[in-house]
Amino acid sequence: MAGADRNAAGAMSTDDFIKGLWRENPVFVQVLGMCPVLAVTNSAINALAMGLATTFVLVLSNTLVATLRHFIPRQVRIATFILIIATFVTVVDYLIQAISLDLHRALGAFISLIVVNCLILGRAEAFASKNTVARSVLDGLGMGVGFTFALLCLGGAREIFGSGSLFGVSLFPAAYQPWIVMILPSGGFFTLALWLLLFNHFKLRRQARESVVPEVTR
Amino acid sequence: MNNDSLWTIFLNASLVNNFVLAYFLGICPFLGVSGKLATATRMGGAVCFVMLVSSVCAYGIHRLLVAIDAPYLQLISYIVVIASTVQLVEMFIKKMSPALFRALGIFLPLITTNCAILGLALFQTNKGYDLVQSIVYALGAGSGFTLALVLMAGIREKLELATVPDMVQGTALTLMIAGILSLAFMGFAGVGA
Repeated sequence: MAGADRNAAGAMSTDDFIKGLWRENPVFVQVLGMCPVLAVTNSAINALAMGLATTFVLVLSNTLVATLRHFIPRQVRIATFILIIATFVTVVDYLIQAISLDLHRALGAFISLIVVNCLILGRAEAFASKNTVARSVLDGLGMGVGFTFALLCLGGAREIFGSGSLFGVSLFPAAYQPWIVMILPSGGFFTLALWLLLFNHFKLRRQARESVVPEVTR
Repeated sequence: MNNDSLWTIFLNASLVNNFVLAYFLGICPFLGVSGKLATATRMGGAVCFVMLVSSVCAYGIHRLLVAIDAPYLQLISYIVVIASTVQLVEMFIKKMSPALFRALGIFLPLITTNCAILGLALFQTNKGYDLVQSIVYALGAGSGFTLALVLMAGIREKLELATVPDMVQGTALTLMIAGILSLAFMGFAGVGA
């Protein structure tokens, strides 16, 4: 589906958005921004909030970096990007504090730590500093949604097994014994490892299929 | 002000609430540089040093920002200090040991975006540590990070010799091991409390 768009000659295409969702998913395929992925995914609601906050910062920093890309000297570009990102993270920090104090307490220092999420700096350096504003916004949006999706996959799985609920709604009868290990730090590592296994499995199967098909047609 | 004893702070930062295995800070270098034991040790040393310097600077900046009543500048000023410290360490290592410089590669400048360091600066501010407590906290966190990195590197060097199914190879396997290490570190819960 994305293949046709990729070949399109136009400067802007929906591919910029779609690639972040699955084919170049920041967490499962590129393994970027691991710290928040593991740290705040002990419940689905925390995961969603973190995903949205990261998306917000990603889109805005991509926009600003793409706007200023002709004015930023190459030597100090990383420092400039970090300053831009830090500004937007401060905005998000105060926004979340204003919207819900409980959520702010649950996410703690990890909102501030969005600054050092390698995904955001990575997109600024690899995409936004080289492309037009519109494409950069789409790219940021796609990567952000892909990141949120991955966080929800982890947060959902960990909350279902670890607390027997999803978004705070109880799923199992009262006799269910929650697997405490899933909401502990080690559960985060195990869950992410299992998701990566699943993605590796798909990747290997696709590679096997692609290497077999040409021989058959020949 | 916080009244924790220095020994408690050190134990807490290095073992009980290990930055990598309990707080998930600094996962990128933990996964990226833990392939070889020698590189892992030196990376740990570099991170320890940056942590120590940025911890002292963060303490000073915090006092200054409180004095001029501008808490919203906290994040920006911390990250600038950390970035300049990393730049300093990078130039130092490049001059002293070009071999190590090559071995660390991209992960050296990436210490800037190592969440363990910014996390340390933010946590010590939140907990209200004074200067001496901050330095001990930084030392504890640094040694805890180095310990986790070295343990991981030791295990991965052994794993080179093992046959692993294709599907499990790479990050998935490393994460599994990290999970088991993290379980083991839970045994420290309650120590020094």
